[in-house]
Amino acid sequence: MENLEPILTQHPFLQGLDQKDFDLLVGCAMNVRFDADAMMCREGEEATQFFIIRSGRVTIELHVPGKGIVQIQTLSEGDILGWSWLFAPYRWRFDARATELTRAIALDGRCLRTKCEADRDLGYKLLKRFSEILEQRLEAMRLQLLDLYSTT
Amino acid sequence: MNTLTVEHPMIPKPYRVQSLRQETLDTFTVELSSINGTSELPFNPGQFNMLYMVGIGEIPISISGNPDEPRTLVHTTRSVGTVTKAMRKLRRGDVIGVRGPFGTNWPVDLVQGSDVVFVAGGIGLAPLRPAMYRVLSHREKFGKVVLLYGTRSPADILYRKELEHWRARFDLEVYVTVDRALRPWRGNVGVVTNLISKSPFDPMSAVAMVCGPEVMMRFTVLELQKRGLVNSSIYLSMERNMKCGIGLCGHCQFGPEFVCRDGPVFSYDRVKDLLAKWEI
Ligand SMILES: Cc1cc2nc3c(=O)[nH]c(=O)nc-3n(C[C@H](O)[C@H](O)[C@H](O)COP(=O)(O)OP(=O)(O)OC[C@H]3O[C@@H](n4cnc5c(N)ncnc54)[C@H](O)[C@@H]3O)c2cc1C
Ligand code: FES
Repeated sequence: MENLEPILTQHPFLQGLDQKDFDLLVGCAMNVRFDADAMMCREGEEATQFFIIRSGRVTIELHVPGKGIVQIQTLSEGDILGWSWLFAPYRWRFDARATELTRAIALDGRCLRTKCEADRDLGYKLLKRFSEILEQRLEAMRLQLLDLYSTT
Repeated sequence: MNTLTVEHPMIPKPYRVQSLRQETLDTFTVELSSINGTSELPFNPGQFNMLYMVGIGEIPISISGNPDEPRTLVHTTRSVGTVTKAMRKLRRGDVIGVRGPFGTNWPVDLVQGSDVVFVAGGIGLAPLRPAMYRVLSHREKFGKVVLLYGTRSPADILYRKELEHWRARFDLEVYVTVDRALRPWRGNVGVVTNLISKSPFDPMSAVAMVCGPEVMMRFTVLELQKRGLVNSSIYLSMERNMKCGIGLCGHCQFGPEFVCRDGPVFSYDRVKDLLAKWEI
């Protein structure tokens, strides 16, 4: 089995964590792969994981009645997919589909929540990192909503 | 930056429509040639012309053709109102008035040796295209060349064939993203600013040329700064309503600058205090 620690320690999202934090994270991490068109998560299902994408491409999408499947964002190497594991009721809010062969590290949300409850310091560090991602996505979403290139 | 002087800049010269091509649902490209003898129409990438539709009105439109092929004047325009909608109805052989070329240019010749990053939003690809042509025709003089292009949806992608052709080159990185898409689309979805953090350029050497709606340019600048670009390495093309186009009427005033004469291409450090302000 591949040792995931070097991959986790080098990932920009986890920069600045201590060795003991990585020891805890590695215990919740596993390598996963999705073929092109495989669903990585589905809206409404229990959110048990988040993913650090190592290679490939993923689209976040939503089925809109009357419109079909609307693609909202593409993620690729280095990106983080999923924060629903952090917030009750721990259900995915969107679908995510690999649009090409995608390799990722999956981190077990339940395992992490338990560790974060026991180690508030780690919990704070992780929340800070997820807040940054939420802020980036919110900013991007606001720009998308502005419909900048529309003529009307 | 402008080295071209225009004789009789207030008098429109007649140009004949050679062709008009629909690019997307609301955007078209018109090719014009002079009918009073001038065979060459030199311009610098980033400059614009005032296009006059007789009896309707006159508007500034950037030149979007190849500066190394100055026999044809190329303008890509989005139909938004009175003049542009009338232009959309032009036919081969029709005549319109042209004044120009006016304004400053993208600093293509000044940045040889650097990486060049083009960031375009929507119709903003049109004013950048002549700079792309210039860089590509002297490709060996530049470092990495990256084009980041964002638009509304897959149907709104401008110059699609050309983008596909550019993407196939080994010496150019082209990334296209759309704000929204339905399922069969296999390209990127998300705002163009998202592409900047992963783009393969060296921020210490790179120069960015940015054109698009003002909000898009503001957020693009923030991302470029995050990557480490300094303000003097970021160039923007500003749009303001214009009348004379040559710095006489004050219509396009932007703080101490006249966009028609001192712009439309500015380095960010010259316009940073004004960019965040509403209509000046
Ligand atoms: C230096 C410069 C270069 C330009 N280059 C290009 C170019 O290459 N291609 C191009 O398509 N346009 C370009 N423009 C914008 C173009 O000049 C305007 O779209 C045009 O003047 C609109 O004229 P109109 O009579 O059709 O619209 P109007 O009747 O004056 O306006 C109709 C509606 O469109 C809106 N509108 C006007 N201008 C714009 C705009 N720029 N964007 C969105 N909505 C607008 C108005 O607010 C109004 O609601 C450039 C502008 C400048 C200053
Ligand atoms: S348009 Fe008249 S001064 Fe610029």
